[in-house]
Amino acid sequence: MDRLVFLVAAGLAHGAVLALFAQSLVIVWRANRVINFAQAALAVVAVYAAFAVTAASGSWWLGAAAGIVVGGLLGAAAERGPMRLVPTDTPLPGIIVAIGLVMILQAGLAIAFGPEYQPVRAPLPERPFVLAGIPVLSPYDLFVLVVAGLVMAALALGFTRTSLGLQLRAAAFAPETARLLGVRVPRMITLGWVLSLATAALAGLLLVPTELGLHPHALDALFVQAFAVAVIGGLDSPAGALVAGLLVGVLVSLVSGYLVAAAAPLAVLGLLTLVLLVRPGGLFSAAKERAA
Amino acid sequence: MTRRIVLRAVLVTLVALAATFLLDPYWNFQLARFAACFAAVAGLTVLVGLTGQLSLGHAVLMAAGGYGYAFAAGPVTDALGDSPAAPYAGLLAGLLGGLVASGALGALLGAAAARLHGPYLAGLTLALVIALPSAAVALPGLGGDQGIGVPFVPVPDALATLMYVEHFHAVVAIVVAAAAVTPLAVLRAGRHGLRMRAVLGHETAARLSGVNPGLVKAGAFTASSLSAGLGGAVIVMATQSVSPGAFGLTFSMLLVVGAVIGGLGSIGGAAVGAGLVVLLPWAVEAALDHLPAGLPPVLAQRLDGNLAVILTGAIVIAVIAARPGGVAQLLTPRTARDTAADTPSGTAPDTAPDTAPDQAPDTASRDATSHDTER
Repeated sequence: MDRLVFLVAAGLAHGAVLALFAQSLVIVWRANRVINFAQAALAVVAVYAAFAVTAASGSWWLGAAAGIVVGGLLGAAAERGPMRLVPTDTPLPGIIVAIGLVMILQAGLAIAFGPEYQPVRAPLPERPFVLAGIPVLSPYDLFVLVVAGLVMAALALGFTRTSLGLQLRAAAFAPETARLLGVRVPRMITLGWVLSLATAALAGLLLVPTELGLHPHALDALFVQAFAVAVIGGLDSPAGALVAGLLVGVLVSLVSGYLVAAAAPLAVLGLLTLVLLVRPGGLFSAAKERAA
Repeated sequence: MTRRIVLRAVLVTLVALAATFLLDPYWNFQLARFAACFAAVAGLTVLVGLTGQLSLGHAVLMAAGGYGYAFAAGPVTDALGDSPAAPYAGLLAGLLGGLVASGALGALLGAAAARLHGPYLAGLTLALVIALPSAAVALPGLGGDQGIGVPFVPVPDALATLMYVEHFHAVVAIVVAAAAVTPLAVLRAGRHGLRMRAVLGHETAARLSGVNPGLVKAGAFTASSLSAGLGGAVIVMATQSVSPGAFGLTFSMLLVVGAVIGGLGSIGGAAVGAGLVVLLPWAVEAALDHLPAGLPPVLAQRLDGNLAVILTGAIVIAVIAARPGGVAQLLTPRTARDTAADTPSGTAPDTAPDTAPDQAPDTASRDATSHDTER
């Protein structure tokens, strides 16, 4: 029982990070109809920048702010730069450019900082609170849950309740009409990338202290799991990403805790297959148009 | 048409076989790797180019072929004992085992793929690649991270004066690759290829014309898997072991890069793409060997390998930016009869790929696969 409570709590904290990263993939998908395969590589560059600022200034908060800003700038640079080189009417050229970008960024980081894991300290203690004899969340886990929840709530409110959010959604769903109505569609797409990469950088910042440390490939596993989460939730749905993120986080934690850590990817694959067989568009997919 | 394709395949195979006599052992081994990658990339290019199903997991299908080879070749070779024919019976059984294993996995995936659209299928196949090492550890008999060994196939006595081991393996690989790719080329040019293009072009219209889209998609996935599985079996034969590490995420992505750079749907493009997968890392490495002298050892160590990856990435972006249709777009004249059907944007020939930089992506003309996800 103790173990179950602890594993579920730890799974929720990891799931919050997963949901946040999946959210960033959903934002890009909604803005541009592409899966950004370079998301992890771009985000890890921002995380390196964040910890460089933290090391120089001594303040975790300053570093985190710098990381989020750098992430946003990288998002704009990637969308205005390499992604504009190829047509977007088919998805493949964009995917190939993103893979090329991943190669350049990760190898560049390995040359600049070396292939070793650099240990990273969390801003809050990682020793769990003990509640009625049961170890539950650590202060840092709680902090992660709160930050991820606040950011996702802010994004949801921003997209549904503000004029800018309306323009972003209009540019994504009906670019031609939105353009005729005065929405600056290319600017909105770039803004979508900025929001997405800032979110991804934050997710990376929150994850790295709980893992082995900083490394050019530190966020690869997060990207793959978050992609599975976004697909399970239905790529268009922010709510789906949240629910699926928590679900996958708890599943991975339980499987790693009760079986072996190596079985976690198999469990994710199993869940993904099951969900897609029942609902081919993910859990929160919109109603399908009628076909013949 | 079929006769012309087979004739051309025989000619290309003979040229490749003749080339093996000119190469040294190292290059013959690389040629065997190239042949295996060619089979996999050709399967992928037909799948993505003709039916629009993006698989990021073809490395796992190669691995399935490799494990199938190991499971069949080992026992058969052992059962025949000291008979001189034992290794060759093992080889044939192994290839058959590879076909069965990759075909079974491919049919399963194809059944799922028939229901899924673009990014969902990509997500599923990506999760599959990540799950491969776990499966190797969790499933009994797959040998964990170490993988399992495969019996050695020596040069037959009759050819012993002509060939050394790598040479013989390259010959086997070329013959197997030809046997894997030629049916794909015939399939692509024939009635089934037409059905695949119809499904890609407009699923509902294809259904109204009496084509079953689910069946066509699942069939294409299975055919593509069989080719990739033969490629995996042959590479396992040449390296004498199969392990999950050899079929990882990076390799799987490289196969996709090869298929797209070569030009989707084009078999000749697949050859160029497979060449890229095998040669580019080597070529960049070799070019770098001549450059740095007197660099600090730490920096030299960091540059080693990583610089090759950076250059590969830059080349990949440059090629795809210059020619979104891949290298095949350079080779085929624009007036060729089936140019439109060969290029990935061929589903909507009226959408010019030269969109102005600040122009919005044209959602209205996006191909049929993405319609369902829009509200």
